[in-house]
Amino acid sequence: MSYVPWSKDEASRLLSQTSVQPGPVLISLQAIQTFFGYVPDAAIGLIALACNVTRAEVHGVLTFYSDLRTAPPPTHHVRVCVAEACQSVGSRALEEGLRDAGLGYEQAFCFGNCALGPAVNINSKLMGRASVDSVMKEMNE
Amino acid sequence: MKTYTVYVPSDSASRSVGAEAVAERIEFEALKRKVHVILVRNGTRGALWLEPLVEVETELGRTAYGPVCVYDVPSLFDAHFYEGATHRLSLGLTDNIEWLRSQDRVTFARVGITDPLSLRDYEEHGGFTGLRKALKMEPMEIIYELSSSGLRGRGGAGFPAGIKWRTVLQSGSEKKYVCCNADEGDSGTFADRILMEGDPFTLLEGMTIAGITVGADEGVIYIRSEYPDAIKTMERAILIAREKGWLGQNVLGSSHAFNIRIRSGAGSYVCGEETAMLESIEGKRGVVRSKPPLPAIEGLFGKPTIINNVLTLSSVPAIIADGSDSYQKRGVGRSLGTQVFQLAGNVSRGGIVELGFGVTLDSLVNEYGGGTRTGRPVKAVQVGGPLGAYFPPSSFNISMDYESLLEAGGMLGHGGIVVFDDSVDMLEQAKFAMEFCAEESCGKCTPCRLGSTRGAELLGLMAGGINIEGNKKILLDICEVMTDGSLCAMGGLTPLPVKSAMLHFESEFSSKKGELR
Ligand SMILES: Cc1cc2nc3c(=O)[nH]c(=O)nc-3n(C[C@H](O)[C@H](O)[C@H](O)COP(=O)(O)O)c2cc1C
Ligand code: SF4
Ligand code: FES
Repeated sequence: MSYVPWSKDEASRLLSQTSVQPGPVLISLQAIQTFFGYVPDAAIGLIALACNVTRAEVHGVLTFYSDLRTAPPPTHHVRVCVAEACQSVGSRALEEGLRDAGLGYEQAFCFGNCALGPAVNINSKLMGRASVDSVMKEMNE
Repeated sequence: MKTYTVYVPSDSASRSVGAEAVAERIEFEALKRKVHVILVRNGTRGALWLEPLVEVETELGRTAYGPVCVYDVPSLFDAHFYEGATHRLSLGLTDNIEWLRSQDRVTFARVGITDPLSLRDYEEHGGFTGLRKALKMEPMEIIYELSSSGLRGRGGAGFPAGIKWRTVLQSGSEKKYVCCNADEGDSGTFADRILMEGDPFTLLEGMTIAGITVGADEGVIYIRSEYPDAIKTMERAILIAREKGWLGQNVLGSSHAFNIRIRSGAGSYVCGEETAMLESIEGKRGVVRSKPPLPAIEGLFGKPTIINNVLTLSSVPAIIADGSDSYQKRGVGRSLGTQVFQLAGNVSRGGIVELGFGVTLDSLVNEYGGGTRTGRPVKAVQVGGPLGAYFPPSSFNISMDYESLLEAGGMLGHGGIVVFDDSVDMLEQAKFAMEFCAEESCGKCTPCRLGSTRGAELLGLMAGGINIEGNKKILLDICEVMTDGSLCAMGGLTPLPVKSAMLHFESEFSSKKGELR
């Protein structure tokens, strides 16, 4: 995934679109993250200003949602589903295998692929019946 | 030259097991062999265990092959599968596949059959019949139909849809909203996603009927961010509907205005709770609101709001089109119509099973599901998502309807069924339920916020064999406080998986276990 380096002008342009919508704070944060890959500290003041709320309010929303990040994502963004349906088909063993293989990943709760678990998401590509091998193979593609 | 129509699903589950590569290879081989193939990307039929499921149009009907791997494609062409010829992967006519044939597809009638974004397909398969009819009806007539159909909320609480709609209709406000809850956070559920990816216009039609009934001109679909494909498909469907003048100032040429927009979630389970969802749509932290006021009276931006699950709203067009009688003659007791069950986890034949309420859990797990995928004995199933109860095979004769499940100490939730084989550690599952609650709690009330953390700690101690009986007592106390003292079902129902595991798998929570470790 490629993101654009932080630019105040680009951010302001994005915010001019989101801030006029009803309930603008979350969608503004989401727009910034989609564009730049994360929400830089510098964006918080801009969002507060554009949405006419306090910095504290923006910060409160930013910290509530687990999708929102304040640092750039890793180049390979690996998310492993660790919810019940994937547990039942070995997500715990998969996690162990990935740790042994030295692969960094995030835990996620359900991708809606629960009949074809374990589910792993690599850079937004969803994999079903995932194994250490299939994940490593995908990483090397 | 003869043309052949070939179907390869494009939904995200099918693609997660290689449907995209299969589709590409079919196009490649067709070109190479000069076979004129029209490739349609349908939704999944819901038989996820057969995905990627390839179908071809023949004189007798659609013929199926599956599960197809990209390496099978050349041999399928060698065998002339495009003419419906037999092959190692032949499944015969799709309509004759027993797993599908025996289902009663009402809400999912079109899913997997049509091209999701083709309005022509949609109309040819009965789309718009409900909306056209509704435009000629009085609001109270529509609500009467809905109430007589027996339709209850499919998101979890099972509240009668007709009563909710009537409350919004009768609330005196110029501005009203229709909100569709597509947060589908429960592990083991995927019906909302498959419907949105496979038949998006049905949901738009259901929401539009809701809008014209109660006098709302704006709809919002709140879709979780884990579903990027559903978001994309719904966005495109909305654009198409607008272009064709179905959504907009004059719905199908009538005097009703209705628009729909999409809001994406941001990775929070509790935002599936309806008032937390409203907060999230308003751009705030997803903290649960105290009720009253009900959202039907003061909902989104303080205005009267219908909040319904994807499946609830998507059942409406068929109910209005075919009449409430046809719907309510399905099901049992006060659970009328069909339920879209989802078979998930360690199950041999997982996917969507839509049937009238009242089918047994055994039939779903063993007949449709075919037991576990690993081939080991079934030890437990969790019904109704992370807040639902665990059941052992000895209670598989439960009738799957709202009341029977309550009586059995569980709940139907969104209709997900997660199967576990005999390798599952029930204490570990109980601990996970508490951890999940601790992780996803909105933090507003103490029993949920602290009880879940403390509960997970206690189960951790018990797993280590420490003071098992003593800790069990404290744990049960905490469960009681959570059940009675939580503001919403997050904290209120987390004790359900914990206590059901303790009840049905008692030996795993006894001191013997500690000694064994
Ligand atoms: C923690 C929690 C999570 C929920 N998640 C969802 C969800 O993902 N989708 C949903 O439709 N309802 C969910 N609900 C239920 C909603 O609060 C609400 O009852 C439902 O959206 C109403 O629609 P219905 O009447 O059509 O079911 C959840 C409830 C709780 C307490
Ligand atoms: S029960 Fe939990 S999730 Fe629900 S309002 Fe209380 S703290 Fe929030
Ligand atoms: S539980 Fe893993 S995808 Fe649903």
